[in-house]
Amino acid sequence: MKKRAIKILVSLLLFIVAMCVEFESYVTNCIFVLSYIIVGYEILRKAIRNILRGKVFDENFLMTVATLGAFGIGEFPEAVAVMLFYQIGELFQSYAVDKSRKSIANLMDIRPDYANVYRDGNEEKVDPDEVKIGEFVIVRPGEKIALDGVVVEGNTTLDTKALTGETMPREAKEGDEVLSGSININGVIKIKVTKEYGESTVSKILDLVENASSKKSKSENFITKFAKYYTPIVVIIAVVLAVFPPLLIKGELFSDWLYRALSFLVVSCPCALVISIPLSFFGGIGGASKIGVLIKGSNYLEALSKVETVVFDKTGTLTKGVFEVQKIEAVGISESELLKFAAYSEHYSNHPISKSIKVAFNEEIEEKQIIKTEELSGRGIFAQIGEKEVLVGNEKLMKEKGIDFSECTDVGTILYVGIDGKYAGYILIADSVKEDSANTINQLKKNGIKKTVMLTGDRKNVGESVATKLGLDEVYAELLPDGKVEKVESLLKQKSEQGKLAFVGDGINDAPVLAMSDIGIAMGALGADSAIEAADIVIMTDEPSKIVSSIKLSKKTMNIVKENIVFAIFIKVAVLVLTAFGLSTMWEAVFADVGVSIIAILNALRMLNVKSK
Amino acid sequence: MKSKFKIKGLDCANCAAELERAIQKIDGIETAVISFMSERMELEYNESEKAEVIEKVKKVIKKEEPDVTIEEM
Repeated sequence: MKKRAIKILVSLLLFIVAMCVEFESYVTNCIFVLSYIIVGYEILRKAIRNILRGKVFDENFLMTVATLGAFGIGEFPEAVAVMLFYQIGELFQSYAVDKSRKSIANLMDIRPDYANVYRDGNEEKVDPDEVKIGEFVIVRPGEKIALDGVVVEGNTTLDTKALTGETMPREAKEGDEVLSGSININGVIKIKVTKEYGESTVSKILDLVENASSKKSKSENFITKFAKYYTPIVVIIAVVLAVFPPLLIKGELFSDWLYRALSFLVVSCPCALVISIPLSFFGGIGGASKIGVLIKGSNYLEALSKVETVVFDKTGTLTKGVFEVQKIEAVGISESELLKFAAYSEHYSNHPISKSIKVAFNEEIEEKQIIKTEELSGRGIFAQIGEKEVLVGNEKLMKEKGIDFSECTDVGTILYVGIDGKYAGYILIADSVKEDSANTINQLKKNGIKKTVMLTGDRKNVGESVATKLGLDEVYAELLPDGKVEKVESLLKQKSEQGKLAFVGDGINDAPVLAMSDIGIAMGALGADSAIEAADIVIMTDEPSKIVSSIKLSKKTMNIVKENIVFAIFIKVAVLVLTAFGLSTMWEAVFADVGVSIIAILNALRMLNVKSK
Repeated sequence: MKSKFKIKGLDCANCAAELERAIQKIDGIETAVISFMSERMELEYNESEKAEVIEKVKKVIKKEEPDVTIEEM
């Protein structure tokens, strides 16, 4: 690239000298020719080579004909200018392409180069590919974790920014699962490898991003098709202009019309237009991965801008999918005592509900106080805690044991507690809504989404209460997996023809729905392989608000794409028309070619400036 | 079957599009996608003819874009 820049510079200097300094005219012409050869030699060589291969509409050939023709009719400055500016445009284009390739490569700089594996008591530095499941790997501060695994020794904080876009470091201690691609910040940890490199998170992500550009958007296909016809048509018109008017119209000079025809050739190069479109998408996909959203193809980025309906799965998507104690209502004793009795009673149970009670209690349990516990299936637990006889369970249990309780109408799972035959209150356990869910729905509406829908397998009152809280337009509850498929099918029929339907799920059990939607979005996919495979767009964190950011990003991309298409085609056609009537010169043609390409590329490069949060 | 190639030496996006069209026309190639930005080519073809097909692809590349090289990944 440097060599090319120097050639252009030298040629430009000569060009300026020839334009500004007055010499004998043959000297000036010689300087022009010299300037031309320095900057255009490569093009001439390629043009000749391509003619020998029968490739006529190639841009090297077009530029060669246009410039040699200009020399032929004595327009030396134009001839040099066309070639010179064409080369400047080319240089700028490769600079832009290079820059965005590098910026994406940096973004994806999560590929680990080595792993320190323990073998026969020694530490060896090996290629991550060679590490097997079950081997132990040491990761020091500053190093990347090369393979997915579980920490067996040490604790540390991890930087997962490259994976999730999340700037907050994550703590990792013994027993925690860690993902490849994270960077170890401070402590030394020893990891037991649980996945081979090829199956590890980092290689899945790299694979996905690297393949993203092979799925092309409609705009890209449109523009390459346009280019396929545009160039030959312009060239044919150029030939017609050069030949017929001078023959048919009396008094018209051949050289005038040849000049116009040559200007046509200058405008006929489609490359700027063709590059600015994939460049924008490339930047858009890169920008999305900066915020932890992986988009599997330009086509999905494009479709995202046309989303009309967003369908959410409830559990794990809009709600945390974790049952938590939401409310404690104690009667006759304190709330903490009530929770304590419940936690002691549930101590030996593995039911998810028991776990959430223990999490809420969060104190040491003195096991010797638990005299006996008995699970009463489908109803709850009977336990003797110290002197007291405790019953924890549903209303059936309370009725069966003849405890006089007041029924609670809250939505969720309700655990009634009876102590020594007397009602002591209840504990409400429910899945809680994510912090950014309500804002997400609100923002989606502001960004032109017509319909937001929630599907859930959960009970009707639970589903409806969540939907109302979040302000969703429609909710369908008590759906089996088949029912979700049917619902999405009918929602697909309801939307307008151009509009798209996006389904957002956590990737567990919803693979068929992810696949049948126009855009399948999997959330919280970090570490969930099936979701990464089934979805078109993968959100690495579990924040639904990333959907809003992605839609905004896609709209920005599409705006740039449209601007470029309209602007470039408009200028080119306008200059062609003006040229045909002799109203514009070859200088305007140079602008329509190089100027337009530089402006379109600069516009496309705006996509690289997406801020990570 | 599908294979991916690293494709280097493409001059411009339009050349990539033209090369893609030329490769799509090859007998035995079901689909061909070239991405100029990520310098990748993805080919789908009948597995039993792999050696032949790849040979044809290389020939077409040599004719259309002699500076371009490919390498299977």
